Amino acid sequence: MSEHILSSKLYYGIWITLLILTGVTVGAATVDLGPFNTVVALVIASLKAVLVILFFMHVKYSSERMTKVVIVSAIFWLMLLLVLSLSDYGTRFAG
Amino acid sequence: MATATIPHEREHYLNKEYGIKSWLLTTDHKRIALLYLISITFFFFIGGFFALLIRLELLTPAGDLVQADTYNKLFTMHGQVMIFFFLIPSIPAVLGNFLVPMMIGAKDLAFPRINLLSWYVYIVAGILMMYAMVTGGVDTGWTFYTPLSTAFSNTRVVIAGLAIFVAGFSSILTGLNFVVTIHRMRAPGMTWSRLPLFIWSHYATSIIMLLGTPVVAITLVLVVLERALHLGIFDPTRGGDPLLFQHLFWFYSHPAVYIMILPSMGIVSEVVPCFARKRVFGYKFVAMASIGIAVLGFLVWAHHMFVAGISLYSALVFSMLSYLVAVPSAIKVFNWTATMYKGSITFSTPMLYAFGFIGLFTMGGLTGLFLACLGVDVHVTDTYFVIAHFHYIMVGGAVMGYMAGLHFWWPKISGRLYPEGWGRLAALIVFLGFNLTFFPQFVLGYLGMPRRYWDYSHSPEFQVLNVLSTAGSTILAVGYLLPMVYFIWSMRYGKLADANPWGASGLEWMTQSPPPTFNFDETPKVTWEAYDYENIPLPEEVTVER
Amino acid sequence: MNDSQAVVTAEHSPELRHHFADMEQQRDASTLGMWLFLATEIMFFGGMFCAYLIYRRWYFTEFAAGSRSLSIVLGAVNTAVLICSSLTVALGVRAAQTGKRKLLVILLILTLLFGLAFLGIKGVEWAAKFKEHHIPGASFHFEGTELHGKPIDARHIQIYFSLYFAMTGMHALHMIIGVGIFIWLTYHSWKGRFTPEYYTPVEIAGLYWHFVDIVWIYLFPLLYLIDLKK
Repeated sequence: MSEHILSSKLYYGIWITLLILTGVTVGAATVDLGPFNTVVALVIASLKAVLVILFFMHVKYSSERMTKVVIVSAIFWLMLLLVLSLSDYGTRFAG
Repeated sequence: MATATIPHEREHYLNKEYGIKSWLLTTDHKRIALLYLISITFFFFIGGFFALLIRLELLTPAGDLVQADTYNKLFTMHGQVMIFFFLIPSIPAVLGNFLVPMMIGAKDLAFPRINLLSWYVYIVAGILMMYAMVTGGVDTGWTFYTPLSTAFSNTRVVIAGLAIFVAGFSSILTGLNFVVTIHRMRAPGMTWSRLPLFIWSHYATSIIMLLGTPVVAITLVLVVLERALHLGIFDPTRGGDPLLFQHLFWFYSHPAVYIMILPSMGIVSEVVPCFARKRVFGYKFVAMASIGIAVLGFLVWAHHMFVAGISLYSALVFSMLSYLVAVPSAIKVFNWTATMYKGSITFSTPMLYAFGFIGLFTMGGLTGLFLACLGVDVHVTDTYFVIAHFHYIMVGGAVMGYMAGLHFWWPKISGRLYPEGWGRLAALIVFLGFNLTFFPQFVLGYLGMPRRYWDYSHSPEFQVLNVLSTAGSTILAVGYLLPMVYFIWSMRYGKLADANPWGASGLEWMTQSPPPTFNFDETPKVTWEAYDYENIPLPEEVTVER
Repeated sequence: MNDSQAVVTAEHSPELRHHFADMEQQRDASTLGMWLFLATEIMFFGGMFCAYLIYRRWYFTEFAAGSRSLSIVLGAVNTAVLICSSLTVALGVRAAQTGKRKLLVILLILTLLFGLAFLGIKGVEWAAKFKEHHIPGASFHFEGTELHGKPIDARHIQIYFSLYFAMTGMHALHMIIGVGIFIWLTYHSWKGRFTPEYYTPVEIAGLYWHFVDIVWIYLFPLLYLIDLKK
């Protein structure tokens, strides 16, 4: 939903940021952070996704509450699938 | 604005246009509902046919009617057809499609062409399924467990999997249409708290359709890819986990049972206040319970896997959550009962089916609690106890609700009254036939008769109960055939119905029977609460003989 | 109906479908519909992410080894290609909002080119996998028996590659569908169908495209960057 017309400058800015973050992702992967490599990669990916959602998909400027409800619900439901499945896989062979 | 004195000369959605093209290319939600009605009835009889063959085989302990492999195909295809091609679409695609726009005061659903597309997608899926059935069938059980389905079965797993995948799309499109319609197309004054509970339950159903179906879709795709292209995601010889399939499968297939029951509950919430002449007790609780069922229903899936090899700790979690999900359903049963208390009850056909629903659903639901208990589940899982449990809910619950709804809204859909005497008789036959079919199965299961067994000659003492069950199934079949006959009869010879033969509340009863193509002559403006039965008079002409 | 559609008011727009009260209701409905569809897509890909999560925990060494056999360069380039395509899509929606038909067409064509470039590079990668016998099944073969001192089980590594092909394949299928949608969009934009009063198809097709981009944003680190330690 976009009554707002965003400036091209903003779009170019987001674009550059996304490209830079891609480079950061690759760079961070070459550094040994142990288990945090995965965390860092996913955090950066999520940051990129948030930028795309808020700006390219206009969610930041949308007055439409349902859009945000739908996005949050979908992510929450995916988490249900992942977390509850892990409740099995994470506790097998326990002890 | 029609001033004709003979109602059937008035223009309405059925006579507006004639010809096969006007039906196959319609975007009128009411016509699409009827297209679905014909298709799902067709599949109901196919699934029922498989059921009858199963019951015939089980008349004797020996496997002497069909071969073992054939029997596997029978119970598999009975399940697949009944679940994916009858129960899941039935109420939403028939009554939901017909009524959702009318109940909220809209001219059509938000996306009429997508609605028609959903029917064609369903038909394509149905054709694929039929092709699988006639070219060898499927024998994996409707649950498609790996590695049987991916590596060992020699039957049409790929085609059946694809058929169900395609059917899932139809489901998703229907759910999407409903959610957008309910959010965006309510008539002026139709606030959320004035919505009929039928709408609330279809909204909750749509949430499940949207968020659950994609997971089984991708799971079936992975099974097909593994089988056809030898990918190794569920293959134990390559380190795959068959339980992963079960987790992904049941993540949808448990909420799917709520797709099957919620719409039926919505029908009961409409029928009971009408034939008790009382508003629904605790409207907000019933509405919120629908949403609660939809959400909680996603948290319990591994109760289908208690003995499959999941960890004990996760089994405990899922067991507790499974007890919890019974609560909103129980709230609804209490509220329907409280609605009837001190009401003025009429034992019309829809009300008889609603009574049947409430009693049988309660039994099915309570036996679900037996199954949620880990210790008991170890004993009765994969026995006829489970089969009885889910048939009490699916048939005693969902199908009875569907029959209640078909009868209740038949005058609106067709402009005719069905013969009430025959309606009540058929309801009674269904109730008796159902209980005779499935109550013995609780006993059989508890005594230890396993499900999906073609031969029980190791325990010939099970035969008596099996014979009772089969006898019941033939009675049940008669009970289902009767409405087919008299509904069709009524389309030609039934008494003409006026706009509101039951004196029911709801916008759909404020327009003619059958409705005009765009539902209302003028967009309604709602200023009253739902179930305003104090202010709705009984119909002048008593349409239900006392 | 004359062809200067910019003059037509919202209520009488030929694009208004009769079951809607006005264009605003129609646009709101369409947008909500697309967001709901994207929610279903999140769950659709989500099933595969769930499988990935489970097996990566179980077979980390094999996942790392399999990941190393992919080309980081091609993966990163493809990521950049998709990011550029999201830019052109966003600018395209803006062009529609501001009534710049020619610019809109150019941006849509650029988007298509980026999309096709992505698919081409993906094809190159898959061809490489084919040559290296990394396609799961009877002819699978993986060179490499250990990584960082831990042994590689050649059977388990097939699971990594199964997920690799399933996930990138499903993603590529969505790209192909997106390309089809954008071809349709380009044609209708060229015909002048979209104006500041009615550009909903551009907007919602753009939402779809951005979603497909976001899926790749997650696929790239999860499939390509599991373990680049020396």
